[in-house]
Order: sequence, then structure tokens, then C-alpha cells
Amino acid sequence: MPTIRPGRIAVHIALILYLALAIGPIVLILINAFKTRRAIFADPLGLPNSQTFTAIGFDRVFANSDFGLYFLNSLTVTVVSLGLIILIGAMAAWALTEYRFRGNTILSLYLAIGIMVPIRLGSVSILRMMVDLNLVNTLTALILVYVAQGLPLAILILGEFIQQIPKDLRDAARCDGVSEYRIFGSIILPLIRPAIATVAVFTMVPIWNDLWFPLILAPGAGKQTVTLGVQQFIGQYVTDWNAVLASLTLAIAPILVLYLLFSRYLVRGLTAGAVK
Amino acid sequence: MSDIAATNVQAGSVPERSRFPLHIAVFLAPALIIYTIFSIYPLVDTIRLSLYAGDETGARHFVGLGNFVTLLTDPAWSGQFWNALGNNLIFFAIHMVVQNGIGLGLAMLLSLPRLTGGSIYRTLLFLPTMLSVVIIGFIWQLILNPLWGIAPTLLKAVGLGSLFGPWLGQESTALVTVSLISVWQFVGIPMMLIYAALINIPDDLMDAATVDGAGPFSVFWFVRLPLILPTLGVVSILTFVANFNAFDLIYAVKGALAGPNFSTDILGTFFYRTFFGYQLQVGSPTMGAAVATAMLIVILLGVLIYLFGVQRRLQRHTF
Repeated sequence: MPTIRPGRIAVHIALILYLALAIGPIVLILINAFKTRRAIFADPLGLPNSQTFTAIGFDRVFANSDFGLYFLNSLTVTVVSLGLIILIGAMAAWALTEYRFRGNTILSLYLAIGIMVPIRLGSVSILRMMVDLNLVNTLTALILVYVAQGLPLAILILGEFIQQIPKDLRDAARCDGVSEYRIFGSIILPLIRPAIATVAVFTMVPIWNDLWFPLILAPGAGKQTVTLGVQQFIGQYVTDWNAVLASLTLAIAPILVLYLLFSRYLVRGLTAGAVK
Repeated sequence: MSDIAATNVQAGSVPERSRFPLHIAVFLAPALIIYTIFSIYPLVDTIRLSLYAGDETGARHFVGLGNFVTLLTDPAWSGQFWNALGNNLIFFAIHMVVQNGIGLGLAMLLSLPRLTGGSIYRTLLFLPTMLSVVIIGFIWQLILNPLWGIAPTLLKAVGLGSLFGPWLGQESTALVTVSLISVWQFVGIPMMLIYAALINIPDDLMDAATVDGAGPFSVFWFVRLPLILPTLGVVSILTFVANFNAFDLIYAVKGALAGPNFSTDILGTFFYRTFFGYQLQVGSPTMGAAVATAMLIVILLGVLIYLFGVQRRLQRHTF
């Protein structure tokens, strides 16, 4: 039986106090989103009960904004970007780790620039380019930028992962005369599945949460993402507390559910990536 | 091309090396093309554009470093630029001390051996980091809103009620408040990275030190801290790049004008206003490019100082 030491109790008290500070504000928003305006102000810390429960804020959000559409836009941009980042990134990471060729090191360094230098600083030119390409207010513009932004880190992570795959498999395949494309498609690609969680932590979350590029590249015409949509909605309905709290809850909920479902992989990916 | 190939074969080198193999090009092409067009080219083009000035007709002419001279010396620009840079430095300093300090503290607690509920703490403490900066900004705006009164009520409960003020609205406190909101959100990143470094230190090392008579403080100071210094370096440079590129939070909470009276203005919001314009001032792509280039220089300086000044001096330990 483990003995309870006073030192440990102090540790748990410290952690629980900080936990209250970290989670409290989020919980506060979630519980007040389901309360009447009167209850929000009279008893902000109370849970909604039969007298104070209302979903009027959500009705107003759905009546006054295209929240479903924003959600779909965010989902499309994030999923398509992530898919492309993983496929294209894995191809490049495979080429850079598997084959020795002239310029390999230079290319790796060239691709690494994007890890440290934020692509945001090129926004002036990106916007000009998107205007020329007629891509303003399209999801394509966002996807192209996010793929370019996510590739450097994805290539680094996937490259380290591919290096750990045993060489026997591909050597055996080569002896059998299998083409390099099929070795990549049928052997390597299925094997990198575990690394996808790690790539997702570093690329998917920033894409979903981004405000900057939606704001300058796709601010209107029904192409807003959730983050931008909520920002615009709150700007308009700032005095309607029910609607504001409901829109924040709608923005938090999907991330919350996904995070609690997959946090094990995310946290593992984050700590594993840090060891290097 | 065939001549070179022929000489190489004669010289006895591996034949595949002489001609660039097609499959390698195919694997690399998509990544290189997208990355070059939408990341590297815009950055280079922004630097080029910062050397031009546009007039009312939309025509551009080369002005050399003229935009930067304007930015640093013209009273209409330099005041705002230095203000934004100064605020950004304060923003960064608060993150370095408070965010990374709390992150280190939490990581130390979480890395205690056989801590009950460790993974639950880690998961929940990291939750705010996953949410959008914009959402976090609005959440804290509501909580600190004197109208709602949650913050003063809670402060009164712990006997600090007299401290409360409209922190986000006062010129003297707005920047610190916004910085602390950002710290609150991103404390999970240093926490996780330092935690990962700490659990990778073998127990033997700490046991050996303890056997030699080192107390908990000495073990931390002389054994664990030197071993996690490389991670602290990584955390510092990540914080630096993120802070000097920040925009979303200030824009969500205080708008593009970064009020009150530009007291929360940082380089990101200054860049946005210069590029798109605000109120009566018309936006200028070329001045915007100059501000972006200035930010790029600041970030590159930080990265270079890290790479050559810090990282090289830190010995990496692998177990």
C-alpha cells in the first residue's frame, strides 16, 4: 500500500489550484451559455437548472449567422490541408531520407527555413498573388497557404519517423524488382500512420484556429471559417450575452470533444517530438 | 548532360548519381513547388516590395531603403513603430518569465515519480492551448468585464477585491493583461516540452546525486537543470518567434487599433494597420512590406542569436 505523504498532498493541491485557473474560464463559458440572461448576471457560477435553462442564445446564433457553413468551411480547409500536407510531406520526407543525391542537404535546409520564419510575413505578396489568381474569398487560397505553411515541420517529423522504419522491407521489395513508387505507396505510406497524430498536433490545430489568413484572404462571401465567423458575429452582437456565450460554446465544443477523444495521441506526439 | 554522365561512369562513380533519378524528382516536386510558390516566393517578394513606393496612380518606383528610413525616422511612423516594438518586447519578456516559469514549475510537479492522476492533469492543463486564440480572447474579455462582475466577485472572495479594475481598458494595465491572457493559454507548450525532457533524465543520475548527499534543491540545480537547458533554449526561441509574430489575440480583444491609445499595439497589429489602413489612413502595400521585412529581420536576429549564441554552447546529452 502506498503511504500518503504530506509532500504529495501539497503537490496535488498546487496542481488542482492551477487546474481550476486553467479550466475554470472555459467551464464558466460553457455553463452560462445555457442560462437565461438574468441568471447569467445573478448567479454566474451556478449550473443551469430547470428555471434558468435556455437555449435561446443558440437559436439566435443559428438564426443570425451561417454557423453550419462556417463549420463546414473550417472542416474542409483543415481536412484537405492536412491530407495534402501528409501525402506531399511524406513523399518529400521519403525522398530526402531514403536517397542520397546531390543537393540533398541544401534542399533539407531550404525546406527548414519555413519552420522558423512565419509565412505570415509574406502576406502582402500572398494577397497580391491570390488577387492575380482570382482566388480571393475561396477556400483554395487558404488550403494552398496552409499546405505551404505546414510542409516544413511535417517533412521534419515524417523524415525522423521514416528513418526508424526497418530497411529490410524495402530492400526485399527492391530485390523483387518492385518500383520505387510502389515501395512508397504500398510499404511506407501505410507504415507512417502513427506519425499522422504527431503531424496533426503541429499542423491541424493552428490551421483550425487561425484568424490571420481567413481575415485577409477569405473574409466574406460565405467562405469564413469558424474562428473568423465567431469573431465577426461577436463584433456585431457584442451586447447579446446569450448569443455571444452560445457562439463561443459552439466554437469550443468540437475541439473539446476531439481533444478529449484523442488527447492520448496528441500528448504522446508532443512529448515524443520534443525529445529530439 | 550525356557527356557528364559518360565521364562519371569512366571515373568509376555510381551511375545513378550522374543523372538525377526521375523518381526522386517526382517525390520532391509537389512539396518544393507549393512551398516555393506560396511560402518562399512571397517572403522574398515582400522584401523586394519593401524597397519600392507606390503613388496615387498605383505606379511603383524604386526607393531603396527609403521606406525603412521613413519607418525609423519620420515622426508619423517612427513613434508607432518603436511603440509597437517596445510593447512586443514587454509582451515577450512577460512570456519568458511568467509562461516559461509556470511551465517549468508545472513540469517539475508532473514529472514527480509515480504521481497519481498525472496524465489527467497533463491532458486538462494542455486544453486551453488547443483552443483558438480568438476564442480565448473573448472568454477573458467577458470574465474581466466589470459588467458581468465575475472577476471582482472572485477576487473579493480571496480578499483581493480592492485590486480589481477595468484592466483591459486602462492604458497602464492593458498590455500586461493581454500578455497574461496569452500566457494563460500557451503555458501548456513549455510545460509539455520541459516535462518530456525531465522524464527522459535517467533515475540513476538523480539517485547517484542523492546518495552523494545532494538535497532536492541541489539535485534540481546541479543535475536536472543543466540537462534540460537545451529544451529551455528551444522553448525560448519558440516563444520568441510566436510572440513577434502574434496578432490574433490583440485583434480579437482590442481590435486593429490596439487600444487604449495603442498601448497594446505590437508588431503584428501595426503590420495589419499599415497594410490595410485604418480609419482615415489608406493602407500601403509597400509600407506594409517594409514593416513585414522589419519583423522578419527581428525574428531572424533572434533565431541567429539562438543558433550561434545559445544552441552551440549547450551540450546535448543523449541517454
